[in-house]
Amino acid sequence: MTASSQQTRPDVAVDVRRRGPRRGDDRERAGWTLATPFFVLYFLFLLWPVLAAAWKSLFSDSLAGGNSKWRGLGNYGELIGDSDFWAAMWHTAFFTLLSTPPLIIIPLALALLVNRVAKGQWLFRLAFFAPYVLPVSVIVLVWNWLYQPGFGLINGYLTKLGFAEVNWLGAEGTAMVSVVIATVWWTLGFNFVLFLAGLQEIPRELYDAAKTDGAKAWQQIRYITLPLLMPTTVLVIVLQVIASLKVFDQIYLLLQGGPNFSTRPAIQYIYENGFTQYRVGYASALSFVFFLLIVAISVLLFAGLRRLQTRTGEETA
Amino acid sequence: VSVQAQDRLGVPAVRSDTAVASGRRRRLRPGGVLVIAILVIAAILWLVPFAWAIATSLKPDAETTETPVSWTASKITFDAYDSILGRGDIFRWYFNSALVSVVVTALTVLLASMAAFAFSRVAFRGKGTLFFFVAAGLIVPFQALIVPLFEEMDTFGLVDTYWAIILPQVASPIAVLVFKRFFDGIPRELEESALVDGASTWRIYWQIWMPLARPATAAVAIFTFVVTWNNFIWPFVVTTARSLQTIPVGLSTVNSFYGAQYAQVMALAIMGALPLLIAFLLFQRQIVQGISNTGLKG
Repeated sequence: MTASSQQTRPDVAVDVRRRGPRRGDDRERAGWTLATPFFVLYFLFLLWPVLAAAWKSLFSDSLAGGNSKWRGLGNYGELIGDSDFWAAMWHTAFFTLLSTPPLIIIPLALALLVNRVAKGQWLFRLAFFAPYVLPVSVIVLVWNWLYQPGFGLINGYLTKLGFAEVNWLGAEGTAMVSVVIATVWWTLGFNFVLFLAGLQEIPRELYDAAKTDGAKAWQQIRYITLPLLMPTTVLVIVLQVIASLKVFDQIYLLLQGGPNFSTRPAIQYIYENGFTQYRVGYASALSFVFFLLIVAISVLLFAGLRRLQTRTGEETA
Repeated sequence: VSVQAQDRLGVPAVRSDTAVASGRRRRLRPGGVLVIAILVIAAILWLVPFAWAIATSLKPDAETTETPVSWTASKITFDAYDSILGRGDIFRWYFNSALVSVVVTALTVLLASMAAFAFSRVAFRGKGTLFFFVAAGLIVPFQALIVPLFEEMDTFGLVDTYWAIILPQVASPIAVLVFKRFFDGIPRELEESALVDGASTWRIYWQIWMPLARPATAAVAIFTFVVTWNNFIWPFVVTTARSLQTIPVGLSTVNSFYGAQYAQVMALAIMGALPLLIAFLLFQRQIVQGISNTGLKG
């Protein structure tokens, strides 16, 4: 890979507008030499799959071999009428709707509290961030164990306290909630750290001034902290929504999309069509539609974010 | 590229590197007892799953499913650890994860910094277009591309090889952006003396800029390493051979051979968590900084 990419592009190098005796050519070549190795990998493994998905989605290819037939927009026609696909899209959206609020509110609350602690902040950061560095399979093994009926820790304490047991993983109504709880435990640390950093950029003088004016703690939070933290909050929301939309690992490993496909997310449906049904053409169409949706949502969110940031920038200026 | 971490999409950075997770911070007034109490309870609650996993792994297997639930058993035993270490899979997973993560991290740091240096410091034709494509990659959801990517690997004959796991994870636009941002912020005069000396662009990159870029290198390396170490979906899709399983993939098969032997399952979960957990305890500040700064931009 590296060897082939070391070759520069002579056509481009020769074509450069002459600036100095020789330096232009040298730098031209150097620029391409330095950028090419990365770009080759980037093109092969990020851009090409997008193009391949778009192209393959027009065929009835199978991973199992056999001849590939032109299908035109047939895969897309099938997709529009595929209720399983739209159910999976809804599960992804539902996971995002359920997971985003607690993944904003809880880390924000924890960061507000930790920010008031004078010593030992690192201890709390350690506790809240530690799960974030663990592989998803560890999260799933531990939470699967915690959620067990009867001898699972959570149900064990529920019965000890006189509550009824909850069928965490086996009932359609609670399975998604269970995944969300495990996800919150796992990933909250990331948002917590972002909030804490945002809080620490708020000038202390503002609080001092508010205090001399007799503002109470909650008034300081309401009128100083939260407004000034707004750019961070919006950014965290945007990142969280996009991350949640790509959910697959923990749902697949904890529930296999069940019970009765009630939690199966979009990416699992793509995966199953490609790798268990071997329908590469159709899976490519699904991939491409999902890809376009994620890109569109990301672009919209970031455009909104930037507008908001420039607006608050003007206000404070 | 994908972390549930983890992959977070690109945005303009909003804060300086020192701000995130900085130990030197302004103190607000000391928190009240109530604040501390709430936080301590929350922290304990956060540590309960770890503690329960450890407690379970130290019980005799027959006692793990006893009700009512209890934190202790008739005796503390390391039988579960004996059993899983004797089986030995975990060492294979450690080796594979370490190999893949080290190679991906080294290649990412090298190739991304080279490209970023070119984008930041070298004038060449097509630079704008090339950079646009790389930056656009930030919003490409890697997980949505597993089917065409697998087919591509199949065409190359790379399915079930280390290269199939490694190569796609090197193509990380985030890393280029982090390096470029860093290079953009360094004053130009530094390299002009070298230019006068007639040093080649390559030498300027390697001998002047890379030593200066240690903070960016550390952030990208830590982020890339953790993300690669924890990546589940891609190694899961592109390998079927047990000999190539990384920790996340190997651990996902645990239930099929340990089933309801929860002491063993928890011992495996703990062994799977251990390497990064130890690293995290030792380098907490650097890891939090590397992940949050890079993840923020990425």
